[in-house]
Amino acid sequence: MTTSTGTAPAIEFRDVVKRFGDNVVLDGLNFSVPQGQRITLIGPSGSGKTTILRLLMTLEELSGGLILIDGDPYTHEYKGDKWVAVPEKRRRVVRKRVGMVFQQFNLFPNMSVLENIIESPVHVLGKAKDEAIADAERLLDKVGMPEKRDFQTNQLSGGQQQRVAIARALAMDPEILLLDEVTSALDPEIVADVLDVLREIADTTDITMLLVTHEMQFAREVSDRVLMFDKGQIVEEADPETMFTNPRHDRTKAFLKAVLG
Amino acid sequence: MSADIQSLINRLPSLGDAVLVTLQLTLGGAVLAMIVALVLGFGSRTQSLWVRGPSRVIVEFFRGTSLVVQLFWVFYVLPVFGFKMEALAVGIVALGLNYGAYGSEVVRGSIASVPRGQWEASIALNMSWFHRVRRVIFPQAWALMIPMLTNLLIQLLKGSALAYYITLHDLNFWTVQLRRANSDTIFSYTVGLLVYFVIAYLLTWGMNWLEERAKRRLGRGTRPTLAEMFRTKPMVTSELPATTPSTAKGGLV
Repeated sequence: MTTSTGTAPAIEFRDVVKRFGDNVVLDGLNFSVPQGQRITLIGPSGSGKTTILRLLMTLEELSGGLILIDGDPYTHEYKGDKWVAVPEKRRRVVRKRVGMVFQQFNLFPNMSVLENIIESPVHVLGKAKDEAIADAERLLDKVGMPEKRDFQTNQLSGGQQQRVAIARALAMDPEILLLDEVTSALDPEIVADVLDVLREIADTTDITMLLVTHEMQFAREVSDRVLMFDKGQIVEEADPETMFTNPRHDRTKAFLKAVLG
Repeated sequence: MSADIQSLINRLPSLGDAVLVTLQLTLGGAVLAMIVALVLGFGSRTQSLWVRGPSRVIVEFFRGTSLVVQLFWVFYVLPVFGFKMEALAVGIVALGLNYGAYGSEVVRGSIASVPRGQWEASIALNMSWFHRVRRVIFPQAWALMIPMLTNLLIQLLKGSALAYYITLHDLNFWTVQLRRANSDTIFSYTVGLLVYFVIAYLLTWGMNWLEERAKRRLGRGTRPTLAEMFRTKPMVTSELPATTPSTAKGGLV
């Protein structure tokens, strides 16, 4: 993994503020994720978990504060005392290190499975097409669907689409992978297939992962650390064993009781 | 009646030239209109007020003024300021701007109909804005906009008949000449109607072909049979609500 500063955390949020109109979702959030760590964000809906991922993918604009990737300013920076947006050209350089998988897959319907996967490696990273195809085939193997290479995306089930979406994100060779409720739109019996794929990626790579999920068992298996959010703040932070068996905070206890039953 | 037929036969050699002028106006106008529609349609969507403001003003101006007056203005008024164009170019420019303004609303609406997740996924894959639009968003919006563009294209064809008033020898002019030759108003204008209809039908057919092709690329629909291609109604159920000229003219958001 290449980083500009070596020891800097993969992700750092510094006094991050996000408002939607009058609604303050994040109000001065601070946290950092070391290289290679797997972090699960849990908490009730509206607590700001998904907003954190969307800010990291530049799908939303910050209202204040800084996000640093490997210590590099990403979307905004201070020039003297002035808080200014980083131009898109420089954002793209940093964004290259970040990949995301969405709840609704968001495959491109005008492209085949293979084309979905190689589009950005070829046209954004400038990879040779043969090489991109070979990589895509290897990734399709990894997610367990080599035979679907030339299918249209709407010929696939939800679970298959999501596995292609995971392959597509990995084809960009990200240092950081954001997983936004990637099993929430799937039928229960298919969820396991997708989780198996993610488990294997967690086991065989050193990608930094940030996941928002309701699959608590999965979170427990793959995470190094779990952050419990409420109202845009971290209420509790612990390793998964402690968080799920012996939470300290009342808010966490109430939430886990509601989710786990 | 035989005199009518004789007059028609006499004028047949010039029918080709007349149809050619009408087609040049229609297709030239359509190409220009599409360019104008894309520029103004995307311009109306940007966050920059400096781009969006002028785009909206231009759209409202060209939609809100009469095509005949626009045509006369370009033909008679612009030369006063030193811009003199050939009549055919004037016709193409006026038709292109007028229908481009309507088309921009079709473009804007269709782009807005592409799910937000498609934009987001293309940002997550670090594509540039132009790359996102060209490879991901436009191919999907294109399939949505064709039925409405077909309406506009047919209207543009019929609008091109006004070019007769700026001295062009188009199909409308030819029809008038035919009536002068045989003095049979019913016969001559009926022939005129039929020729316009045939051209419109062929255009609709071509646009249906484009629509099928665009949908097949999105994994919807199958290769149509020859009989199906000649139907004027698209055979693949569209995901858009039925389009009427009124929605094509700007009701769509």
